[in-house]
Amino acid sequence: MLEQRAYDLFMQNLIKGTSHLALGQEAVAAGFGTAMRDDDYSFCTYRGHNHTLVRGASMTGILGELMGRECGLLRGKGGSMHLMSVEHGAMGSYAIVGAHMPIAAGAAWSAQYRKSGQVAVCFFGDGTTNIGAFHEALNFSAIWSLPVIYVCENNLYMEYTPIGEVTAVENPAADRASAYGLDAILIDGNDVDLVYATANAALDKARSGGGPSLIEVQTYRHGGHSRADPGKYRPDEEIAAWLERDPIKTYRQKLLDAGIDTVTLDAIDAETSEQVDQAEETARNSQPPPLDIAEIDLWSDGSSTWRN
Amino acid sequence: MAELSYREAVAAGIAQEMRRDDRVVFIGEDVAAAGGVFKTTEGLQAEFGPIRVRDTPIAEQAIIGATMGAAMTGLRPIAEIMFSDFFAVCWDLVVNQIAKTRFMSDGQCSFPLVIRCANGGGSRFGAQHSQSVENWAMAVPGLKVIAPSTPADVKGLLAAAIRDPDPVLFFEQKSLYGTKGDVPEGEHLEPLGNAKVLRDGSDVTIVALAAMVPRAMQAADVLQKEHGISATVIDVRSLVPLDATTIFESVSKTGRLVTVEENPRLCGWGAEVSSLVAEELFWDLEGPIVRVTTPHVPLPSADALEDAVLPNAERIVASVLKLAD
Repeated sequence: MLEQRAYDLFMQNLIKGTSHLALGQEAVAAGFGTAMRDDDYSFCTYRGHNHTLVRGASMTGILGELMGRECGLLRGKGGSMHLMSVEHGAMGSYAIVGAHMPIAAGAAWSAQYRKSGQVAVCFFGDGTTNIGAFHEALNFSAIWSLPVIYVCENNLYMEYTPIGEVTAVENPAADRASAYGLDAILIDGNDVDLVYATANAALDKARSGGGPSLIEVQTYRHGGHSRADPGKYRPDEEIAAWLERDPIKTYRQKLLDAGIDTVTLDAIDAETSEQVDQAEETARNSQPPPLDIAEIDLWSDGSSTWRN
Repeated sequence: MAELSYREAVAAGIAQEMRRDDRVVFIGEDVAAAGGVFKTTEGLQAEFGPIRVRDTPIAEQAIIGATMGAAMTGLRPIAEIMFSDFFAVCWDLVVNQIAKTRFMSDGQCSFPLVIRCANGGGSRFGAQHSQSVENWAMAVPGLKVIAPSTPADVKGLLAAAIRDPDPVLFFEQKSLYGTKGDVPEGEHLEPLGNAKVLRDGSDVTIVALAAMVPRAMQAADVLQKEHGISATVIDVRSLVPLDATTIFESVSKTGRLVTVEENPRLCGWGAEVSSLVAEELFWDLEGPIVRVTTPHVPLPSADALEDAVLPNAERIVASVLKLAD
């Protein structure tokens, strides 16, 4: 609902710049976010609104950041592609493909060194599997047996190009796992229960010293790559088939089948919708950030001074 | 005081900080068991063990990314990039990630890390193992940039860099590794951001960095003995933060400024120093500001060619004499 609202606010030009929505990929963030310990670290990409939200960041903070308001998580200094909430273990959204994979390895190295039992979970897209940092990070994490989980959200398209057209193997992450001595794990990323169970197994393995995991989850983004992309390069039948498999829709059905009544589910929807309305309202009423913050906090002393 | 080589001072600075703070760890290619390809880190693994001093694969993005991730989660890592030229293969992590994330996150986290590297020419290694790239780093908001010229400064500035709460790129000049000098024993810290006046003169201010410092000192000797020109020589030491005050105090006395830079001409650090002086000290100047740099070419390998392009004492003397005319 928050992603859909972000889309609507774009259409009203209340959110500027660009944005990369994860409508259709919610089960990945939900499954992992639920399985993770509060003090675990997560790293994600510019398609990271959901991943930041599930760690506990507020809807107001997220919408405010997208809208460039003072109430934003980063007071407008980051924007849609750089959401971060360190107090919630959301260690950043990274907008250079692959960069956060070795950074996540570093957080895992730190956890291992401090014997803290924390795990770093790093989400990335299928396109990332062809960049050097992916391979450097996997090898590094494997040789040091780091407590890190790499989660490839394979939504079939790198940006506009089908991932299969530009990748030497069929399953871009899972088929590379053996090169780093890892198990090939390939799951349905729209099945939130399966994602949750897979996340728990990998988290347990990492926490007990078993080293890294590479998990490829198959999913689909309902929209285009970014705000500028209507996603016309995808066949109508393909889109229709995946819309049928919308994880929110299918999970609702699963809950109904399990005997949860409609009234309960509708109440959850209504409550969430109200939270999103409230967040939008607060963000709309929030001021633009004070201009002086554009020149502070480069350094730890709060300044951006480079000379005396 | 103990006499140490510039290379021995590297290990001395790291060891000093590792002894006092368990959060300090050190990684890089061939740095641990082998003690570094320049033997700058010998003995560290023996003293601090294989967990704190650790070899990595040849994977600069992994090294720098891991360093960043560790710094933002409670460690104070030091990484070595074997040759500063190799920054080109991991520059994204340095400039897009490490340098920007504190600012972008509205100060949510800090990056107390040091990246050391062997920088600069004079070792006949050719164009891909000899560059002076400190000016690349200087151009990026969010990086502190240090380049020492003496063993004492290597130890003191490196220790201060490790203790600093922000990212520091530490450029060791590889042709200086064999040079020796007195280094204070026991704890030694040199605050970042202070230039050092090595010689006080009245006619011209020569500002130099790293390997150019001893050359500037030679030039000052020649100028005094053979031409009766009294030169101040300032070792900049720290490009970011920059000690403009020390430079300004000298230039306002001498009225003349010559910068000596190993980097190629365009956008070298001396251009920034020159522009500051031109903007803020113009009326104190008695002549044009002169920059002595390597020409705008990659460094050639052959000793005759490399020596021909790197600034040396003769070129510095000639530049000062031209200015004095």
